[in-house]
Amino acid sequence: MNQYAIKAEGLTKRFGSPTNPVVAVDAISFAVPGGSVTGLLGGNGAGKTTTISMLLGLLLPSEGRIEVLGADMVRQRHRVLPRMNFSSPYVELPHRLTVRENLTVYGHLYGLSGVAARVRELAAHLELTRFLDRPSGGLSAGQKTRVALAKALLNRPELLLLDEPTASLDPDTADWIRTYLEEYRRETGATILLASHNMLEVERLCDTVLMMRQGRIVDRGAPVALLARYGRGSLEEVFLDIARARGTASGADKPEAADAAE
Amino acid sequence: MPPSEALGMELSGFSPRRVGAMVLRYWYLLRGSWPRILELAYWPTLQMILWGYINQFMAGNSSWVAQGAGVLVSGVLLWDVLLRGQLGVSVSFLEEMWSRNLGHLFVTPLRPGEWVASLMVMSLLRTLIGVAPAALLAIPLFGYSVFDLGLPLALFFVNLILMGWAIGLVIIALILRHGMGAEGLAWIAVFTLAPVSAVYYPVSVLPGWLQWVALSLPSTHVFEGMRAVLFDGAVRWDHLAWAFGLNGLFMAAGVTIFLRALHRARVRGALLQTGE
Repeated sequence: MNQYAIKAEGLTKRFGSPTNPVVAVDAISFAVPGGSVTGLLGGNGAGKTTTISMLLGLLLPSEGRIEVLGADMVRQRHRVLPRMNFSSPYVELPHRLTVRENLTVYGHLYGLSGVAARVRELAAHLELTRFLDRPSGGLSAGQKTRVALAKALLNRPELLLLDEPTASLDPDTADWIRTYLEEYRRETGATILLASHNMLEVERLCDTVLMMRQGRIVDRGAPVALLARYGRGSLEEVFLDIARARGTASGADKPEAADAAE
Repeated sequence: MPPSEALGMELSGFSPRRVGAMVLRYWYLLRGSWPRILELAYWPTLQMILWGYINQFMAGNSSWVAQGAGVLVSGVLLWDVLLRGQLGVSVSFLEEMWSRNLGHLFVTPLRPGEWVASLMVMSLLRTLIGVAPAALLAIPLFGYSVFDLGLPLALFFVNLILMGWAIGLVIIALILRHGMGAEGLAWIAVFTLAPVSAVYYPVSVLPGWLQWVALSLPSTHVFEGMRAVLFDGAVRWDHLAWAFGLNGLFMAAGVTIFLRALHRARVRGALLQTGE
């Protein structure tokens, strides 16, 4: 594996007209080491989902460069898409297809051998076996999240991008998902990048946190290092400091800052 | 990146298995709902029955219709091939918009060219499910078989479905560009071409300037060719050649417009924000 699973340099996304652009992501640079779990933390409109969309190749950057698993995501994304996957509560699987049908279709899209066996295996791991033949649209939020996670794990991804993986879940289900992700990372050595509003989740899962505000990375580091730097007892307090612009942002947008935090 | 380079990338690395996966996705959807299957055959059958009786009545009152046995029934059945061909592509695409699934699809290794191929396969299946029962029912009801057109029927079918696909791709591009507000185009676009396609009358009926417009459509050459078979028993290869040539241009334009719209959707972030 490359030293870095993700490298972004000067990544910028502007929407709207060239004369009156809205800058959603503003020249951010960061590197995610292979095998790590990195959190993108920020309030609404901070640029987390836009950043993840660019990393996935769903959105083309206005400027800057993205390298994922050694490939340029603008020109070579099809080389690495089979090795990565994605889950978000905001992008749903077709409601009228059963869970089994949805997972089977995606299994074939990822070119898996033994799709039926892999679907059964994941269903057993994620406690979805009894829902396999139910329409996906009829499931509860927690069940849908587990189905989305099963879809995201079908191809045993080396890189997993998760956009608010436990949003709108009850604490018990959210804890179950976090535990599963911890086990998956431990067993496979996969790299995980997750965007979240949930500070406890980020503190628990992430080796490194990238704090975003208004499209920029305003600070970064290991959760423990951030707590020490801000003299706070929780990431939530750090987040509030940054959201209220009391945090220091000096040098935060340099990729080496993330490396130093390791 | 230059647009031509982007288009080349999107078309490279074709995988039949991924095409099959998408066909499976649409097939699961179709087989899971018998009203959908019934709806596919409902309108073509209803149209055939309506035009069959008009044809029967006109055959006793119009020497022109009397000379070309089943000219109106053939017209309506072939028209439905064009309409169902276009709808087959557009509706399968709309299924992805309705289910907000584009974001998932385009983070898989699926290439746009493979997706388009799957839309075309589904269009073919939907057209056959829709038009074949009507064509078969015309035999006992009106004693007329469209299959009597022989080999030219296959060539007419290919041309009409190709034209339907090309129009379907342009409609997808418009929906990608303008969102679900453009959804209505999927249901009405082809009908604007019906008057100039000369489905039920010869192209010579049209004013001179409109004949040039009509003859720039592959469908007009198909329907002129159909009447040549029915009235004169002759295969008009010139019309078929025009139809194939024009369809080559229509398909090239349809694919290019679709790929450009998809590229622009990636620039604007529209793939994650689809749906109502």
